[in-house]
Amino acid sequence: MSRENSLVTAQWVEDNLDTDGVVIVEVDEDTTAYDKGHIRGAIKLDWTTDLQDQVRRDFVNKAQFEALLSERGVSNDDTVVLYGGNNNWFAAYAYWYFKLYGHSDVKLLDGGRKKWELDSRELTDELPTREKTSYVASEQDSSIRAFRDEVVAAIGTQNLVDVRSPDEYAGRLLAPAHLPQEQAQRAGHIPTSVNVPWSKNANDDGTFKSDDELTALYDEVGFDTEKDTIALCRIGERSSLTWFVLTELLGRKNVKNYDGSWTEYGSLVGVPVALGDEPGTADA
Amino acid sequence: MCGATEGGLSLDGVNVAKEAVIQGQVLRGGASGGEPVANAYVRLLDRTGEFTAEVPTSASGHFRFFAGDGEWTLRTLAPKAEPVDTRVVAATGSVAEVQVLVGA
Repeated sequence: MSRENSLVTAQWVEDNLDTDGVVIVEVDEDTTAYDKGHIRGAIKLDWTTDLQDQVRRDFVNKAQFEALLSERGVSNDDTVVLYGGNNNWFAAYAYWYFKLYGHSDVKLLDGGRKKWELDSRELTDELPTREKTSYVASEQDSSIRAFRDEVVAAIGTQNLVDVRSPDEYAGRLLAPAHLPQEQAQRAGHIPTSVNVPWSKNANDDGTFKSDDELTALYDEVGFDTEKDTIALCRIGERSSLTWFVLTELLGRKNVKNYDGSWTEYGSLVGVPVALGDEPGTADA
Repeated sequence: MCGATEGGLSLDGVNVAKEAVIQGQVLRGGASGGEPVANAYVRLLDRTGEFTAEVPTSASGHFRFFAGDGEWTLRTLAPKAEPVDTRVVAATGSVAEVQVLVGA
């Protein structure tokens, strides 16, 4: 993979608003953002209702995903361009999710909604209409999704990268600071996980840093390229962005996203937890 | 708690006594006030300058963070304006009110 295959600029999107076979999709943490204004022609996916099972704590299954995309008018051979607020956190999550179900041509709008707005580009509240399709998804690609037992087994043996802010990693905050801090789970991080905040991948305007800067970022923290990597954050959306950088921009192999992330790990009984700014040791 | 519900996120159900709230409004230009900026982005940076959170401003230019005790920096990005950094101190159980002025 490479930047050319997985990332498009705001200008490219503006130039392709009416191109057949290009479907623009907005996914936001604030699920009302789309309703206030979105890129012309863009459809909305709601990560809380469309992409999550409403009973179990899990994703929608293959049949539900197929029904969702068919109903929204997305075809298997469409180029899906994702964007959203929060520096594309949830758009990156959706990108990873589309890859999980085998969609071949997915791209992120570099800088997301923020870059689009800071460029003073047009937003509309007009709702697009798309013909229904018959979307066929693949089985989930288990090579990019980590579950808790793998994560516990990875302590001290694999690259564990915790992409939350330094204060969340150290246990001084329990959630990103735009959310209330009262949470049920314990604070801290998985012992031996290194802290590379997602934000170090991006410029202030939300666009990704250059490949050279990104390579240096992961070299600095001593990433062992011979080892498999698991990325995590609080609920798996910021770590999707880091998964995107490692897998799609830098072409690293064997990188998984742990979508259970800290809300699951920090609630597990009997697992080790490290506090403070240092990774800690496997026998903590 | 005048103005406590003005930010982007409702305080309904939030135990404010246990939160270190930083909130305020982004205004554009003008020594005597200025216009609220609805499409600005406010970034919360920790004491080392590292990103901690970011919110877009509401229709009335308001924003809110739930930080921790200590010193923080707000970096405000708005269309057609230079970024503005504002230092702020937060403490649990109180609301730090900040007004940010960006270039005209």
